[in-house]
Amino acid sequence: MAATATGTDRTVHAGVGGGPRPRNGNGFHKNGEGDDVPFRFSPARYRIGVWAAIGSILMLFVALTSAYIVRSASSDDWRRIAMPKILWVSTALLIVSSITIELSRRSLKSRHDAAYSRWLLNTVVLGVGFVASQLIAWRQLVRQGVYMASNPYNSFFYLLTGAHGLHVLGGLGALAYLVLTTRRVAKSIDGELRRTGAADAVAIYWHFMDALWIGLFALLMFWK
Amino acid sequence: MGRLLGIAIWLITILSVWMFVSGKWWFPPAITTHGPQYDRQFLITIIVVGISFAAAQIGLGWVVWKYRDSGDKQRATYSHGNNRLEVVWTVITAIIFISLGIMGQRVWASLQLTKVPAGAYTIAVTAQQFSWNFHYPGKDGVFGHTDPNLIDDSSLNFVGLDDTDPNAKDDSVVATLAIPADRPVELILNSKDVTHSFFVPQLRFKQDLVPGMKIHVHFTANKVGKYELACAELCGMNHYKMKAYMLVLPQTEFDELVALPQAQFQARQAELLNKYQLPNY
Amino acid sequence: MAEATHAEVHRHPAPTSFIRKYIFSLDHKVIGIQYLLLALAAVIVGMIMSVLMRVNLSWPGTHIKIMETLFPQGAPGGVMTPEFYLSLVTMHGTIMVFFVLTTAPQGGFGNYFLPIQIGAEDMAFPLLNMMSFWVTLVGFVVILTAIFAEGNATVGGWFSKLGTSFAGGSGTVGPIGGWTGYPPLSALGPIAGPGQGAGVNLWVISIAIFCVGSLLGALNFITTLLNMRTRGMTLMRMPLTCWAWFTTAILALLSFPVLLGGGILLLLDRIAGTSFFIPGGLYVSGNTVPLHNGGSPLLWQHLFWFFGHPEVYIAILPGMGATSHILSTFARKPVFGYRAMVFAIFAIGMLGFFVWGHHMFMSGMSPYSAVAFSVLTLSIGVPSAIKTFNWLGTLWGAKIRFTTPMLFSIGFVSLFVAGGITGLVLGQSSLDFFFHDTYFVTAHFHLVMGVASIFGMFAATYFWFPKMFGRCMNEGIGKIHFWITFLGVYAIFVPFHAMGLLGMPRRYAQFTEYEFLKNSKGLVTFVTVAAIITVTAQVLFYFNFFWSMFKGAPASENPWEATTLEWIIPSPPPHDNFAGIIPTVFHGPYEFSVPGAPNDFIMQTDGENIVAEAGGSNGGNGHRH
Repeated sequence: MAATATGTDRTVHAGVGGGPRPRNGNGFHKNGEGDDVPFRFSPARYRIGVWAAIGSILMLFVALTSAYIVRSASSDDWRRIAMPKILWVSTALLIVSSITIELSRRSLKSRHDAAYSRWLLNTVVLGVGFVASQLIAWRQLVRQGVYMASNPYNSFFYLLTGAHGLHVLGGLGALAYLVLTTRRVAKSIDGELRRTGAADAVAIYWHFMDALWIGLFALLMFWK
Repeated sequence: MGRLLGIAIWLITILSVWMFVSGKWWFPPAITTHGPQYDRQFLITIIVVGISFAAAQIGLGWVVWKYRDSGDKQRATYSHGNNRLEVVWTVITAIIFISLGIMGQRVWASLQLTKVPAGAYTIAVTAQQFSWNFHYPGKDGVFGHTDPNLIDDSSLNFVGLDDTDPNAKDDSVVATLAIPADRPVELILNSKDVTHSFFVPQLRFKQDLVPGMKIHVHFTANKVGKYELACAELCGMNHYKMKAYMLVLPQTEFDELVALPQAQFQARQAELLNKYQLPNY
Repeated sequence: MAEATHAEVHRHPAPTSFIRKYIFSLDHKVIGIQYLLLALAAVIVGMIMSVLMRVNLSWPGTHIKIMETLFPQGAPGGVMTPEFYLSLVTMHGTIMVFFVLTTAPQGGFGNYFLPIQIGAEDMAFPLLNMMSFWVTLVGFVVILTAIFAEGNATVGGWFSKLGTSFAGGSGTVGPIGGWTGYPPLSALGPIAGPGQGAGVNLWVISIAIFCVGSLLGALNFITTLLNMRTRGMTLMRMPLTCWAWFTTAILALLSFPVLLGGGILLLLDRIAGTSFFIPGGLYVSGNTVPLHNGGSPLLWQHLFWFFGHPEVYIAILPGMGATSHILSTFARKPVFGYRAMVFAIFAIGMLGFFVWGHHMFMSGMSPYSAVAFSVLTLSIGVPSAIKTFNWLGTLWGAKIRFTTPMLFSIGFVSLFVAGGITGLVLGQSSLDFFFHDTYFVTAHFHLVMGVASIFGMFAATYFWFPKMFGRCMNEGIGKIHFWITFLGVYAIFVPFHAMGLLGMPRRYAQFTEYEFLKNSKGLVTFVTVAAIITVTAQVLFYFNFFWSMFKGAPASENPWEATTLEWIIPSPPPHDNFAGIIPTVFHGPYEFSVPGAPNDFIMQTDGENIVAEAGGSNGGNGHRH
């Protein structure tokens, strides 16, 4: 693909490293604005960021899960314990909270700010409930003499639920941020795009926390 | 500057190739049946490596010399590349590299993917910080039972041999490895504390000893003599002097040795260590 | 309209206080320089450690007075103990790999130049960016603390109060375990010997902190590149540096969490009595170890190397990107095979995730998996070869200007070939029977990581210094620095191959115990002398760097006559990079020597009809400034 310089007014095609001009630019201008509009925030930024974060958090749990699987096969001292029943409550709380955050996101999209706030607060409450139920489960186990080091299954139980719980706390922090700063309409277009972008991103993260919990729960309940 | 750089690159190339080709620093001669095959594979590889290395460096030195800006008004050649050339050199490289890779599995397969040959003599090797223990099954050919809970270095029970097991009575646990020449040897490798690694350069063989695992390996040595065994996995402060000797003995001498009970076994090994010399390095 | 949009553009107006400008800055340029300064400090520590190691190996029993004063227990009479040596090995590796090779190329130059090269005014998440640096710095402080936690009785005493696994003051200068920290040695704690107490805990904690910092950075790079490219900056018009930073960020994003997972498990084994990596039935230092059972030492190796292999590509890819960029600029030629280069960067990155087992051929893992890992490893050589051919192709027919950055980039190609080519030996499982854990391995990875990668950074420094600081580095001193370093690193690391051929094992504090090593003495001494000279010569670089920052010749906006977006803005750039203007890109990044163009370079933002406008003439090399 060599260059062709001609004497006419047509564009020089500068080859692969150059190439034809894109018709509508790049992600920047997907909002349909023209060429003259300066740098503008696009909600894709938060979305890409949260998916990248999800990718890395997922890898952490993939690592811990594969350690779980390997370890369960590497010796004969692997003994599963009976899972505290309250963990079923945890699961229910988290699933419902996914529903509420989705409802809040849709309300925001259809510009019902009061509904948005309400469902957001509900999500926070359910999230706090989830963490509380996890702590209750831990306390129950400790009272039964189930400690971290007593047996590899225990170690993983505490580790996986603890790691997940920490990330849920992070999500709660993000939700708190949304509650504190995004309940009212923003003053500019840029601000409004950020508001919706942030809510979308936190919702995606929250759904991931839910799906992750279901995966870990299934692993702890059913593997070996 | 271009000429200087070109010359420097060529000189470095010549010196580096010389370092390999001179033979001044090379493996000690191999003493196993798989040794010649190993050495051949290495030779083929290092020739490919050497040619690729030299060609790339000479090429680099040449372009750097030839295409230096000599101050004239000519511009550089405007080119974004040549797809055909890309495909050609990619395919050639892929063929060479992947062929090497596949060829490089043969020695591996012969040692790691085959069963222990019939008639092999088995020795259990237990490594610890910072010494080696070689457990022989004795005249009955059966290893006595060992239990980690019975290990007690201070009373010289290094591998936890169980006295109550009749099979253990004729076992010997010694600090020098003795193996027969021209007969397959199976080693069962284990460690008491941390990961170590069994390495004798002449054997063209290495294997980690991992606590909690009993790793079976086998090879056949074919040159009588005395050799040094070095630990090749960082195991603590005296990793650098975790040394043992390996004796490769003629069949009859070996059979006599391993039939001896513990104390005589060790005494005989001490004699043999004096009888055989290390290779001339 | 302009008012309102400007208010939208300036999310964070330029800071005014010293602290907001230079310490807790949200500006990617300041953060980039902070990363570079961190790397410059860390590499001094790493180099000093390596010289001490070399002196110990060549002249055992050497008295070094200052060591006696600082570390009387680990170096009584100024002579280092074997465990002291091993802790130097560990710290040298850890500090160099993490705090030099994973900071400067990506966090340093990437942070500074990725946004500018794609036409953005900052990274996607400036606050996260700032946090990523400070988290990394905290990690560095923690690893340095490990030196004193083990090396100093008082500091060690403080740590000992935290628990048995935190026992300090064993006399080493940090943990003993190599940068790879294999359990059970690293998991058993002080019963396994000196350097297994507080130093190891701090090492794990430092690395865990580093993982977090790295992940925050990776997230930023990926989002910025995907979301914030300016008008006309399609993916295929990005400089190769951007492609390299992008791929590196993906590698970091997916591999560091695995290291973090492994590190958490190791820490739990040490302080919480778990048995992820510690099997049962152990007898250590005269005592049975009752508390652990069933763990797998190999599990650590899998987790570590799943991270560890992508990590080495994280260390080299930015250097490859910079090399392509700088070679093209000073050859006055487009990069040969831009598309193939992008493909190769991606192929190296992705394949890098599937070859970790080649670090474990001898580990006791399944020999069948070794076959798969081995063949895959040799295939990674193919994209690397493509890149090498293309670099040569870029130089063919060129008009080379031998500036200092160019010298280092050419040096990169030479060193990358030298180091990479021995991968053909080490990647074969059969050949690893001899070479695993010998100096042949050390030769290989030092040439690619410890030298080629560093040359990439030197090239980048000399190249971008004028832009970052508005002043030029001294070319004369730069060239002397290049020559001594180039010849020096070859003199140091080529002989390592010879040592490997003799069978010399790694991580040996002395070579005095084995007859089969006796022919190595000459090599060892030669290498040490070369190392001392080469390390000393780096003073030239440091002097040049810091002196030129204040006293160097003032730089114009495009002193190298380069084409990419960083060269259209002032040196140094204003706070928001492009002063509110949106650059529009019409050309690819390497339009040099285009026939008919008025100059021998077309900037990416030059008008699309620049050749036609010049009347299609083969005008001479009109200089722009």
